[in-house]
Amino acid sequence: MQQHQYDVIIVGAGGAGMRAALESSKRTRTAVLTKLYPTRSHTGAAQGGMCAALANVEEDNWEWHTFDTVKGGDFLVDQDAAEVMCREAVDAVLDLEKMGLPFNRTAEGKIDQRFFGGHTRNHGEAVVRRSCFAADRTGHMILQTLYQQCIKQNVEFFNEYYVLDLLMTDGKASGVVAYELVTGELHVFSAKSVIFASGGFGKVFRTTSNAHTLTGDGMGIVWRKGLPLEDMEFFQFHPTGLAGLGVLLSEAARGEGGILRNKDNERFMERYAPTVKDLAPRDMVARAMANEVREGRGCGPDGAYVMLDLTHLEPAHIDAKLPDITEFARTYLGVEPYTEQIPVFPTAHYAMGGIPTNIKGEALANNEDVIPGLYAAGEVACVSVHGANRLGTNSLLDINVFGRRAGIAAAEYAATAQFEELPADPEAYVVELVEGLRTSTGEERIAAIRADLQATMDLNAQVYRTEGSLKQALVDIEALKLRFANVGVQDKGKRFNTDLLEAVELGFLLDLAEVLVVSALERKESRGGHFREDYDKRDDVNFMRHTMAYREVDADGNETIRLDYKPVVQTRYKPMERKY
Amino acid sequence: MDVKVKILRYNPEVVDEAEWKTYSVTLQPTDRVLDALHKVKWEQDGTLTFRRSCAHGVCGSDAMRINGRNRLACKTLIKDLNPEKEITVEPIKGLPVLKDLVVDMEPFFDAYRAVMPFLVTSGHEPTRERIQSQADRDRFDDTTKCILCAACTTSCPVFWSDGQYFGPQAIVGAHRFIFDSRDEGTEQRLEILNDKEGVWRCRTTFNCTDACPRGIEVTKAIQEVKRALIFRRV
Repeated sequence: MQQHQYDVIIVGAGGAGMRAALESSKRTRTAVLTKLYPTRSHTGAAQGGMCAALANVEEDNWEWHTFDTVKGGDFLVDQDAAEVMCREAVDAVLDLEKMGLPFNRTAEGKIDQRFFGGHTRNHGEAVVRRSCFAADRTGHMILQTLYQQCIKQNVEFFNEYYVLDLLMTDGKASGVVAYELVTGELHVFSAKSVIFASGGFGKVFRTTSNAHTLTGDGMGIVWRKGLPLEDMEFFQFHPTGLAGLGVLLSEAARGEGGILRNKDNERFMERYAPTVKDLAPRDMVARAMANEVREGRGCGPDGAYVMLDLTHLEPAHIDAKLPDITEFARTYLGVEPYTEQIPVFPTAHYAMGGIPTNIKGEALANNEDVIPGLYAAGEVACVSVHGANRLGTNSLLDINVFGRRAGIAAAEYAATAQFEELPADPEAYVVELVEGLRTSTGEERIAAIRADLQATMDLNAQVYRTEGSLKQALVDIEALKLRFANVGVQDKGKRFNTDLLEAVELGFLLDLAEVLVVSALERKESRGGHFREDYDKRDDVNFMRHTMAYREVDADGNETIRLDYKPVVQTRYKPMERKY
Repeated sequence: MDVKVKILRYNPEVVDEAEWKTYSVTLQPTDRVLDALHKVKWEQDGTLTFRRSCAHGVCGSDAMRINGRNRLACKTLIKDLNPEKEITVEPIKGLPVLKDLVVDMEPFFDAYRAVMPFLVTSGHEPTRERIQSQADRDRFDDTTKCILCAACTTSCPVFWSDGQYFGPQAIVGAHRFIFDSRDEGTEQRLEILNDKEGVWRCRTTFNCTDACPRGIEVTKAIQEVKRALIFRRV
């Protein structure tokens, strides 16, 4: 075991982690621990853009953006946080440009902007061009630009170090324990501040746009410490995943004029959202698509998907604005988007919930109290700027605004805080976890348990949910947890043991799936990404509140999930019916 | 269909030398080579080791040598490989193998970091964005697509035989800034690449261009950097 000491430790090197690192490492001694090489992070898969009211191509202001964010989130958004995000969005985009990000340009050479779902002019009057973009690879450009700046600034990375535990001393964060993948060695990092920026957990679902590595490690670690997770029932299903595969096709396809059609070639979104049509927020479009399929208007031999139609767009326009996603259609489905419609179906995309934080990025121990030294930013966190449904582009914004804020706050805290004494045997939990799995001789296969988990989640906790389906999911998860206790890891070595890694990741997925389902069962209403067929209306009287889930362990070691609730912060906007 | 996949296995904890092992897996023609590797790992042999993340060609984790050519496993479909014959998979060449298909990426990233792959500017920053025409933006568009997968660098015969050569990717990384109208670091960057292990080692083999899973015209970018060096100096 090796020991290290840094003022600030950042867990994860996607957009939020690296944006935090740029701030923190300017101010104090900082290390970034990541289970992947930084440029492999899933920020790089984001496509369509990052919204900010630059008003480069038409009138716009950040207050309209705030309103859209709150309404898009079905009024579960904390409005103080949304104001911060939308106000700071302008500088966040300009900062990236100054770092070198190659945005597409207007005729005058300014940053170009385009339409995106749910982003409107003057509180819903019409769609507005607010998304700043670099073709359909905006996330790729953000990830590369931030990594380039980290190189320039000599940020210290520990690549392929898998953080498996958070160390706490007297209720304060005091470090982390990491497993070095290449050697199998454990490393204890003592730190004054720890920032989690480790992304989401889309791999609880089978059909997902998420990377194989998005297994909710950060949320899982915090959860096992008895710290709360907020609004875990809210998971976004992106309307346009490649049918059968889940590979993301950006909403920019519709922002650039693409249209969704059913088997009768009908532009069905006109029925669901007469004003903004195909550019309605994602939850509404995803449900509309699923509904078309359920009512027998789906396409293909099994009627299992709908079509994304780009054939009326000029090929040159497609090449300039949507080159990557059209290549995905060609590569994976053999479809030529110039002349053929593309089969699409909703794909699990984004966790609105996560580690509760305030607007400085400080993690919360309950509804009020911050955990000194602990921070979270990006998809792993719940500020909550996305409420019940995130608007497209607001995730790239979130990582930049709150990554920056968490980096500053963590470094400032470290400037005056002392290193806490680490707990005795700081690595004990991780040794038990890792060695327990590595030496296990169980019969169960990791991949089989994971596939069964993903199958039940897709079937029972996806776009449409009922009490019955969620209870079934819960029964299935409990059974899978029992099977997981008997899981076998075939690779017994120390060196680059990805078999072991997958087993650990599966443990986190099982924990988080359970939190998601338990939270969803108790939310007896429909709001944003959480749709209950048995309670198909939003219920502001009983459920205008965030879910706070806690893991509790009794004297016999039995685990239970306790749910509590937290009020929503409302400033300017009163809840209204959500029509588009 | 049943497909035979022959994989070059190597675990220095267990054996001294790499050896080929053949696995039989059932696949759809539209499955990817990554699916084949997952089937082996998940259903037959959990010790098989490779990197992967996004699984759709944007993260750059799974560059490997498939039927003798560098490609991304997640972007290579079985039907495009003649599945009647055995499919061979081995690690990319020229970087130390850590285990099975996993190589040590540090020398590769060292080369990238050495070419100053970041925007260099002087003076005060403008209040708003820097102005850049779309034409100037398009000038370096091709090289912004790079995902640092190393398929190009590890397909280059000069890189295989010469451990000092920067390799195609680092030159692509430099090109992206040399031809960016906002950048002021061109002289320094060109000086780095004017080194004897710099662009002049390129023998225009075009392996790199063939290997790039993002369709970047790598050889062309290298030639443009050579030309920039000549015309600024002559």
